[in-house]
Amino acid sequence: MTTTTLIWLIPLPPVLAFFLIVLFTNRSKWLSHTIAVGAALLSWLGSMIVFVRALGVEHLGEEPFESSINWLPTGDTWFRVGVLVDPLTAAVLFFVAWTVLMIFLYSVGYHNFGQPEGDHDHKGLSPHGATVDEHGHKHVVPSVEPMYSRFFAFIGLFAFGMYTLVVSDNLLTLFVGWEIMGLCSYLLIGFWYAKPSARDAAIKAFMTTRVGDVFMLLGIAYLYYATGTLSFRQIFTEQVLHTLATVPSGFLGFSAAGLIGLLLFIGTIGKSAQFPLHVWLPDAMEGPTPVSAMIHAATMVSAGVYAVIRMFPLISLDEKTMAIVAFIGAFTAIFAATIAVAQNDIKRVLAYSTISQLGFMIAALGMHAYIAAVFHLITHAFFKALLFLGSGSVIHGMEHGVLHTGNHHVDPQDMFNMGGLRKKMPITFWTFLIGGFALSGFPLVTAGFWSKDEIFADAFANGYIVIFITLALAAFLTAFYTMRQITLTFLGEPRTDEAEHAQETPWTMTTPLVILAVFAIGYGWVGIPEDFMGLHLQPNWFHEFVGGTLAEHPETIAFNWIPLLTSLVVALGGLYLGWLTYRNVNSAAEDRLQIPLLKNKYYFDEAYDFLFVKPATWFAEIFVYQWMDKGLIDGILHIFGPATQGLGSVIRNYFDVPVINRFFGDGSADVTYGVGARLRAIQTGRIQQYLMFALVIFIVIGAALYFFLRA
Amino acid sequence: MVPLSWYLIFAAALFSIGLFGVLSRRNAVAILLGIELMLNSVNINLAAFWRYGDVSIMTGQVFAIIVFAVAAAEVAVGLALVISVYRRRNTVVADEIDMMKW
Repeated sequence: MTTTTLIWLIPLPPVLAFFLIVLFTNRSKWLSHTIAVGAALLSWLGSMIVFVRALGVEHLGEEPFESSINWLPTGDTWFRVGVLVDPLTAAVLFFVAWTVLMIFLYSVGYHNFGQPEGDHDHKGLSPHGATVDEHGHKHVVPSVEPMYSRFFAFIGLFAFGMYTLVVSDNLLTLFVGWEIMGLCSYLLIGFWYAKPSARDAAIKAFMTTRVGDVFMLLGIAYLYYATGTLSFRQIFTEQVLHTLATVPSGFLGFSAAGLIGLLLFIGTIGKSAQFPLHVWLPDAMEGPTPVSAMIHAATMVSAGVYAVIRMFPLISLDEKTMAIVAFIGAFTAIFAATIAVAQNDIKRVLAYSTISQLGFMIAALGMHAYIAAVFHLITHAFFKALLFLGSGSVIHGMEHGVLHTGNHHVDPQDMFNMGGLRKKMPITFWTFLIGGFALSGFPLVTAGFWSKDEIFADAFANGYIVIFITLALAAFLTAFYTMRQITLTFLGEPRTDEAEHAQETPWTMTTPLVILAVFAIGYGWVGIPEDFMGLHLQPNWFHEFVGGTLAEHPETIAFNWIPLLTSLVVALGGLYLGWLTYRNVNSAAEDRLQIPLLKNKYYFDEAYDFLFVKPATWFAEIFVYQWMDKGLIDGILHIFGPATQGLGSVIRNYFDVPVINRFFGDGSADVTYGVGARLRAIQTGRIQQYLMFALVIFIVIGAALYFFLRA
Repeated sequence: MVPLSWYLIFAAALFSIGLFGVLSRRNAVAILLGIELMLNSVNINLAAFWRYGDVSIMTGQVFAIIVFAVAAAEVAVGLALVISVYRRRNTVVADEIDMMKW
């Protein structure tokens, strides 16, 4: 099979799985997950083959794998859609395939496959556990998810969206994949739809990302208007880019390229949960944990960053846009990190950390540090998927404890209810530790260190000192809250009975953790700078490979001790300080960083509620409904009703009744009746009288005829 | 030879007697008798016109015979009706048989 054919086929298995499960196999849990995981495996296999073949091509950047077909007739020409695998796509495809496959596998265990049906489980609620009778005494075990097949159908569709987005060679199909993911995000966040909080979170996520998507669509429309094409390869030619960079857009002095870039970037702000559209991501933790891992760490939010990276040649044309990108990224990085410090929900900490890390990538892009952004995108996808799946494993273990004690008031996601889990869940602990250290940028061994270090090096070398300091602070906070999380969750002694009875999760959940842990460490090694610490190592493979995507290869930055030392200090310092602060903290009350401002996420939800939701509700409820609809529209309609009725009664009283009824109706009847009443006198029934009449009339007519005809 | 007009005057007189009988008699049988007179006056006319016209054309005579036949049948039906009415209403007075009025 040729490589391009294979690329066309990569997104297909998951969508086929979606339709198969929805239409045919949704009654069989086993068949559904087999189809879904099998489809993920096929896509993974295709992606790996494409990736390996891509490695073998000398100048993949100049001659990528591409194939397109005529799709939509646009006047005299065709809008072509197709697939494209250049070094960037290949690298992204690699991590998407791995994380998607791991998450599919993990979901089997997470949704308790093989466990009995729950005692009182309902569709739309997370499973509550089932009572089993074993050796004469009863105990409660986790129960299987009631909508097991549905979950696999949704994540199948989701994977289709992600693969479509990645292999697209044009912005339109990229946007299609983007929106499919938006839909799946909505469906999966609201997966337990009987919970009001999950419903609200689903709507919030959908609405918030929609704000970004509208701008992105505007950007796509403007780009198509300006260039007549949406294909990446056709846009990223010197001539087109030069035109875009020189044509003014007429908006605040932006060039066309700058405005298009800005609009597309707003789409990314929504999708990748950057400030100020970050509010949906933490709430999205209402969904099942594999969804959190998949959507909100590994793929969907990465798709936002991927879109900007993909459009980098265009966006980088306008320095003003780049400044906005860099500012948003750096601000989000520090802003989200401060919120993460004060969160108690294990998944919410990770959610804010995701926002913060995505900020790192966006900031890197804003500083023209293209490769560093891609590198961090990939390492982050691995270790954040690992962390999320790890947190899911922790929650699962805690839920086991909750079922054991039967105390359902204990929140299995609150870190202050945990503690000492390292002994109960060793695999989860060690893999989570690896993920956490990667997130913190623990020196030399972890992938996060190398990618973050590259961002620092780029920031420092290119003179973005403010961003450098901001990101360093954010990295310090990252290490701090990561260690806080690890300390509260795994170290010390169990703080509740539930934590005491937590249990390690099954192999379907731990295997993905182990595999992802390997990447969380190993993937960093592909991007070690050549002259690291003055040594002469192998050339930086990642730099060479991904750098080939751009027309001008980015220069390798000379080694400098300052960013390296900064990176070391903030990572190790943050980790140590986190451990020092939280090793003896036993309850939320003792945590001195529970500042209301941070705890309540700078009151952004409240502010948005006041600024947007309340006015929108007022507009809908009072203005549109009460005033416009009931007052104005209904008022006009209420005039029409009586007016028509009045006109009708006038016509009735002055025309219908007197003229039609009285004159024509009753009048003709009266005349006929009267004539009849008079004429009936001659109907005597006496035959001789009739004959007499006949005779008289005969004589009269005869006389008349005689009189007239004679002449 | 008696002139034609005498026959015609006689027939007209007979027809008028018959018509008077029909219009003035109350008894249904008498009315029927009147009708017979009128029919026979016509027969006289037919026979007279045949004799004073072309004798070889027999139409007048034939027509008179057809009128006899029709008159006989009519009297048979008429008398049967009178008997039937008498049985039901116990009268043969034409004025009293007035069920057809409004």
